Amino acid sequence: MNASLVELKDVGKDFLGADGTARAVLSGVNFALREGEIVALLGPSGSGKSTMLRIMAGLIPADCGEVLYRGLPLYGPADGISMVFQSFALFPWLTVQKNVELGLESKGVPERERNERAQAAIDLIGLSGFEGALPRELSGGMRQRVGIARALVVQPEVLLMDEAFSALDVLTGERLREDIMELWDTRRLSTKAMLVVSHNIEEAVMMADRVLVFGADPGRIREELPVRLTRPRDVESNQVRALVDSVYELMTVGGIRHGRVTEKEIKLRLGDRLPAAESSRMEAIVELLADEPFRGRADLPMLAEESGLDDKELLDVTTALTLLSFAHLDGGDIILTPLGREFAQADQTQRKTIFGRQLIENVPLVAYIRHGLDQDPSGDLPEQMFLKLLSYRLTESEAEAALRVAVEWGRYADLFAYDYTKGVIHLPDAAEAAAK
Amino acid sequence: MPEKRQFVPRIIVEAAGNRWDLILLPLVLAVIVLLGYGGAQMARPYHLGETLTISLDPVYLPYYLLRTTLRMFLALAGSVVFSCVFAVLTTRYKLAERILVPLLDILQSIPVLGFLSITVTAFIALFPGNLLGVECAAIFAIFTSQAWNMAFSAYQGFRTVPPELNEAASIFRLSQWQRFWRLQLPFATPGLLWNMMMSMSGGWFFVVASEAISVSNQNIKLPGVGSYIALAIEQRDLGAIGWAIAGMLVGVLLYDQLFFRPLLAWADKFRFEEMGSATAQHSWLLDFLQRTERTRRLFGLLPRLLDRSLGQFRLRFDGTSVRSQPAARGRVSERVTDAALAALVFYALWMLGSFIHAEVGWAEVGRVLVLGCYTMIRVVLLIALAALVWIPVGVRIGMNPRLAERSQAILQFLAAFPANLMFPVAVVVLVRFKLNADIWLSPLMILGTQWYLLFNVIAGASTIPTELRYAAQNLQLEGSLRWRRYILPAIFPSFVTGAITASGGSWNASIVAEYVTWGDTTLEAHGIGSYIAEMTAKGDFPRIALGIAVMCIFVMGFNHFLWRRLYRMTEERLHF
Repeated sequence: MNASLVELKDVGKDFLGADGTARAVLSGVNFALREGEIVALLGPSGSGKSTMLRIMAGLIPADCGEVLYRGLPLYGPADGISMVFQSFALFPWLTVQKNVELGLESKGVPERERNERAQAAIDLIGLSGFEGALPRELSGGMRQRVGIARALVVQPEVLLMDEAFSALDVLTGERLREDIMELWDTRRLSTKAMLVVSHNIEEAVMMADRVLVFGADPGRIREELPVRLTRPRDVESNQVRALVDSVYELMTVGGIRHGRVTEKEIKLRLGDRLPAAESSRMEAIVELLADEPFRGRADLPMLAEESGLDDKELLDVTTALTLLSFAHLDGGDIILTPLGREFAQADQTQRKTIFGRQLIENVPLVAYIRHGLDQDPSGDLPEQMFLKLLSYRLTESEAEAALRVAVEWGRYADLFAYDYTKGVIHLPDAAEAAAK
Repeated sequence: MPEKRQFVPRIIVEAAGNRWDLILLPLVLAVIVLLGYGGAQMARPYHLGETLTISLDPVYLPYYLLRTTLRMFLALAGSVVFSCVFAVLTTRYKLAERILVPLLDILQSIPVLGFLSITVTAFIALFPGNLLGVECAAIFAIFTSQAWNMAFSAYQGFRTVPPELNEAASIFRLSQWQRFWRLQLPFATPGLLWNMMMSMSGGWFFVVASEAISVSNQNIKLPGVGSYIALAIEQRDLGAIGWAIAGMLVGVLLYDQLFFRPLLAWADKFRFEEMGSATAQHSWLLDFLQRTERTRRLFGLLPRLLDRSLGQFRLRFDGTSVRSQPAARGRVSERVTDAALAALVFYALWMLGSFIHAEVGWAEVGRVLVLGCYTMIRVVLLIALAALVWIPVGVRIGMNPRLAERSQAILQFLAAFPANLMFPVAVVVLVRFKLNADIWLSPLMILGTQWYLLFNVIAGASTIPTELRYAAQNLQLEGSLRWRRYILPAIFPSFVTGAITASGGSWNASIVAEYVTWGDTTLEAHGIGSYIAEMTAKGDFPRIALGIAVMCIFVMGFNHFLWRRLYRMTEERLHF
């Protein structure tokens, strides 16, 4: 086994909830990034992948456990560790050349050497001719090339990629990925190991030697899957397809929260986060599932392709559908339940009724909001109250996201209405009239 | 070509520069000589009691203009340095942020003139037997009228640096020095520049007050446009006022064209792309400069020096060093500093209370509060009036891109023009027609600040998305419905921004506008501004302090209870 470059031992990270108690974002993470390998991190949003990446980068300190780089403690960003950002994070007022030189300039590398090394990195990544351009003149794909050249020019041992391709369109992302893999495979990089955070399952399988699947609440490594395929890999090959399938399966079974491999329905608690799936998207997927060619049962990667959703979006929708018992999962397949079929065939009013019923039954937050409104003489409640309730267990942005989903679902089902300007949730007009 | 060149001595090939150099280099040298001359004049020997003669002859006006402009630019440079230091400290140290930001909030609502009488003595003591002391006092007074909004803008800029850029800076291990030059300052530059221009206009407003200083019963008039105007007012010379106005026009035009325009055009590259595309600035001087060879090399000297310093001030250790070990942060120490701060504030309040009680009595406090209310009513009414006038005009201009572009230069000029030059004219009219000072002096308060309102309304109207415009046309929105449902909500955020600036400026201007003199005629409107001005004229220190403190309370109350809330509301709800 090769030597480990970056090692996490029992690492945990907390954040303070609204009531002052700590909630774990990451807990008990044990991981070693070894020489010569590419590791991909997959997992639902909020499972702490990005946090783990930032701990390894030395950007944020771990609250407990040890972070080691070459066997020695790591307290901050280190010389041998470099990073590529999702949003590129280029300095817009510096030219491509200057951006690439940034890491060298900060080290005080003399100008002549700086120029040469930057030029070499620029040539390597296919940016020659654009040295004098400002980032704003470049397309997204070219900008990310600058981001990669900037990370490579310091000749890092470890390269961290935080969803480096997800801000690009599919084709551009794939091309850039292939270019990097070619450099890696032909050993033209000084980099000895890469860690790739992604939400694209195919991307993870195509790049990595190991895929780690994260679980949420608290964030931790749930599964580890070795990928023993020779490079270069062919997207269409059976082995790759089979692996993609099994990763889908890994990521969907056991749902978002529990982590145990179980196919029982998931019971939510009041303060849990909700999958970011709009009702219209859920409707569309149910209809797609009910129709040809799926007829109620679909392989998830196929469904992803057919619907045009990316993996994260699709997983959110499937989670939401299972949550409301419109579908259930079997292996890497999603199967419409009888209720789901009924929903697909129903007209708009019936759909709303079914959706509302399932919401009240299965989503405690929605039920709780409606309950509160029914009891309140004025029939309206400020959203702040619910945000406060949620913030005991979620971060501010997570709480807002969860409430936004609940409100969207509740609006769709006519369970309640929401006034954006006042920030007030109230009973829909019809129900209000009935109550009076 | 290069092969041929090596046979020619280097000097001949490279020394000539090009024809653009021929024009620009002398210009640059002339500016340097002028600055040097003005600077030398500032440090002349001087003893308290000497009279500095000011002449109303317009021949001297260019010289006075040079001296005044020099002072203003020195103050501006001071403000830039102050803003940067302030922004670095507050973003780097939590404790500094907790103390300095509220402190600056208070300082910025303290009227500028209040500083003058306090600081002059100290500065004169600092440079005995030299004019520099008085100059410093004047520069400091101008500085206090320029620095605060710039400091806030820099702080705001530093704080809103996108987190991923900060992360990138950490990953590539930029030291604080490198981070400042490569990330924070560039990011804050557009906002800072804009505020520099506003500050420059604001500075003109108080030039008269800061150049004509009275200390120890002596009137020192520093050579400058301010003193020229002060003298003209004393001697009731309307012709001289006219000359001063003309001179200032030229001055404003010159530094706008020679300094701010090129700077704005150059700083265009610091625009962060996600901020939308404001129309790009153009400057003939910058175009010119970029065509030269030698002159450009002269200007390139600074960046090269900076680049070298970046290599010097670098982080010498990385995250694997024991020195990067996080310092243990106790929540106890935070509480202790909180408690200490609170104690300090209470002590200061108690001191102030006992001081007021001993020196002026609480009845006076009540009177000043009432005066503050008068001024407040004026400010509110005037802003409302200005809104009524300028919103329709601004919307009309803003919706018409070509008109907007053409009017921009004129408007910036109007905003930069010192409105207090109009005051003598107002006095003459008021006295002639025997008008009520309480009412008719009020418009002077908003004379200079109304432009911010117009400015922002135009900006707001011109950023209404085209689709929305089409939709409104398509729905045939008309009359009051068009205004209520479409235009007003669309421009409201920019209106609020403009109104914040305008109201702040008006409070400050009330000191000059409520108490206007013309020779031996003094017109006075009841209000806190005239109270402070009157007490300053009398040199009654406790009452000046009281007036300033009360005005401070009014302005801060206004900011906290009205503007900040409106601003937050617009940020959350009314944007595209």
